[in-house]
Amino acid sequence: MSVALVKEKYSSKVGEVVLGATAEQGGTRTHTITVGGDSALPFLHFEGETKNRPVIAMEVTDVVPSWNDLIKNQIGDVINNPAAWAKKCVDEFGADLIYLKLDGANPEGENRSPEDCARIVKEVLAAVGVPLIVEGCDNAEKNNEIMAVIAEASTGENLLIGIAEQDNYKSIAAAAMVHKHTLIARSPLDINICKQLNILIHEMGLPLNKIVIDPTVAGLGFGIEYVYSIMERARLGALANDKMLSMPIICTVGYEANRCKEAYATVEEFPGWGDLEDRGVLWEAVTASGVLQVGASILVMRNPAAVALVKKNIADLMGK
Amino acid sequence: MALTGLEIYKQLPKKNCGECGVPTCLAFAMALASGKAALDSCPYVTEAARENLDSAAAPPIKAIKFGKDSVLGDETVLFRHDKTFYHPTTLLIHVSDSLSDDELSAKIQEIKGLEFERVGLQYSIDGVAIVQESGDAARYAKVAATVAEATDKSLLLLSNDVAALKAALEPLASRKPLIGSATADNYEAVVNLAKDNSVPVIIKAEGLEALEELVTKAQALGYKEFVLDPGSRTTVNTLENLTQFRRLAIKKKFRPFGFPVIAFTVNQDPMEEIMEATVYVAKYASAVVLKTSKKAHLLPLMTLRQNIYTDPQKPIQVEPKLHSVGNVDENSPFYITTNFSLTYYSVEGEVETSKIPSYILPIDTDGTSVLTAYAAGKFEPEKIVEAMNASGIADKVKHRNIIIPGYVAVISGKLSELSGWKVVVGPRESSGIVSFSKTLS
Repeated sequence: MSVALVKEKYSSKVGEVVLGATAEQGGTRTHTITVGGDSALPFLHFEGETKNRPVIAMEVTDVVPSWNDLIKNQIGDVINNPAAWAKKCVDEFGADLIYLKLDGANPEGENRSPEDCARIVKEVLAAVGVPLIVEGCDNAEKNNEIMAVIAEASTGENLLIGIAEQDNYKSIAAAAMVHKHTLIARSPLDINICKQLNILIHEMGLPLNKIVIDPTVAGLGFGIEYVYSIMERARLGALANDKMLSMPIICTVGYEANRCKEAYATVEEFPGWGDLEDRGVLWEAVTASGVLQVGASILVMRNPAAVALVKKNIADLMGK
Repeated sequence: MALTGLEIYKQLPKKNCGECGVPTCLAFAMALASGKAALDSCPYVTEAARENLDSAAAPPIKAIKFGKDSVLGDETVLFRHDKTFYHPTTLLIHVSDSLSDDELSAKIQEIKGLEFERVGLQYSIDGVAIVQESGDAARYAKVAATVAEATDKSLLLLSNDVAALKAALEPLASRKPLIGSATADNYEAVVNLAKDNSVPVIIKAEGLEALEELVTKAQALGYKEFVLDPGSRTTVNTLENLTQFRRLAIKKKFRPFGFPVIAFTVNQDPMEEIMEATVYVAKYASAVVLKTSKKAHLLPLMTLRQNIYTDPQKPIQVEPKLHSVGNVDENSPFYITTNFSLTYYSVEGEVETSKIPSYILPIDTDGTSVLTAYAAGKFEPEKIVEAMNASGIADKVKHRNIIIPGYVAVISGKLSELSGWKVVVGPRESSGIVSFSKTLS
């Protein structure tokens, strides 16, 4: 008797989304990056194509972040300068994309003006050739103001901008539509809201291949199993031709993983957990690995050492 | 696939004697099909029928028990959202018999230290894989005995030399180690050794076809306590094989692969090795053998395992007692939230970031989030007051302010009335806590 392998026949695949735009396409990027397009569960090359390997976007902030020193020391002096920081991420750490987080816009912090924010975006665009992801601060109202200006100032660049949420999506979706950018739609660990938000944005007129979904990740040890199952269901939905669940998924792994105590508490505080240096790196890298197994297309990461590990893991899984 | 009542009926003696407690054989067959009766209650069933029915009723992946409470296999679904995964991947640390005595004792100490406590949960490493690399049978037996003496954890004995395996196994048979590996060249001797000592055995062949053939031959020796190793030694091939085993066993009830599967990491760098192991933990390995035994490496992997194997229908909860963050004193703010671990730890993390020492009291909402708990009547003022009284918070702080989640602002009046405390409505999302905390003074 021989073994008849079980190869699933799926009726559809994950949608493909192009990020960035080259000069011919109206932007200034040296190349674009395409995500999505998988026609099987992650890395099961025997039954379908993992058309575009998952990519890593490294996080850069416009104000010096309060991250732990093990990460900050790897970044070094450039942490004061978003453009130089971004360049270092691409040149030295091998980031596929830059994720620029404009925390400085926060009215409770620096309260940067929309014009200032747009200038920083331009500086980062000038410093690197890779496509850019831009998110605002933790204030939805202010984000609507800054993203409108940023979207206009970067017309044609096809930025991936965020975030659109269920109760605040119209303004940013309109900005993406008018100025030809791609949009991040975030839902709070809920597959029905995820789908609903995609429908609402699509009804406004944004094509489905201009949406990337953020199902909200959780850090390792703090609920990653919820997003794991939501993403696995979304991927099965996409493969079963549910168009409103078929967008590529972005996961803010670095943010979530480094909020966990295990990623920053010293061995003196928790002697039972082992040395912080390797533990901190693995906390972020294992969070990434967890979501890779259920279909993450874009991983937003912080720790350069974790980025290196995840790149190796992706290469292993791509069979290269 | 489970048999239907009619298919079972065909195998029964059809005497309608009623001795099984059910009036007719057909009714008995129906009861068997729905799992409400056991075949043993029929005194007249033939041996052939018993074999057919037993194998049809057997779980898709056999449970293999070894060592100290290690259970491999017995899984029923491909995706945890379909039901749950039951038996967390057994993690075993590779110990070579070519280590010197000092190295061996250091390695054993390190392995014994792999016990963790986080978020109220205990994790510990499951066992040790004692691998013969020395070529010296006496050394192998000695190392196995030393490890067994030093720890009561589960043991895996791995050797290509049947005589060495036998020598190491026999004194340790009562520990019920897993042994391996039976290959095409030695399977008769190794499977018989396992059978004679009543221990489970790894069946290893290169690729699924060869493994299917070998499992079939090994079963012909009259033994079925198997763990499978398809011999793949790259991450991507192992992922593919693990997926095929699980699918064939569950979707096709393919009997030769109805056994748990063991995976071996190949990456030499310990951090890369952990990344490789995460793939096998997430995707269907019943056991993984690892080389690194550093705490900082194992904690992330064991945490992922704990997360993946959490029952999706039973949310993880924190103990609904008063928690404190930082060096609290009588002026520390007092927050309430729910005991759903994700909610609680989000709140705790933000409170910690606020750098203001605070008390947090999670209310027992059966592990539901704030809105869900409120909708289900599990976050009511009466219940909160009861929890406050039980926590003794009134003796710990001078002030009389309760901070409640913004989503349940509606309970403020009633809570204030019942408790006699002032109710402060906090932010809706935990992410608002840091800026909210600045308004407290």
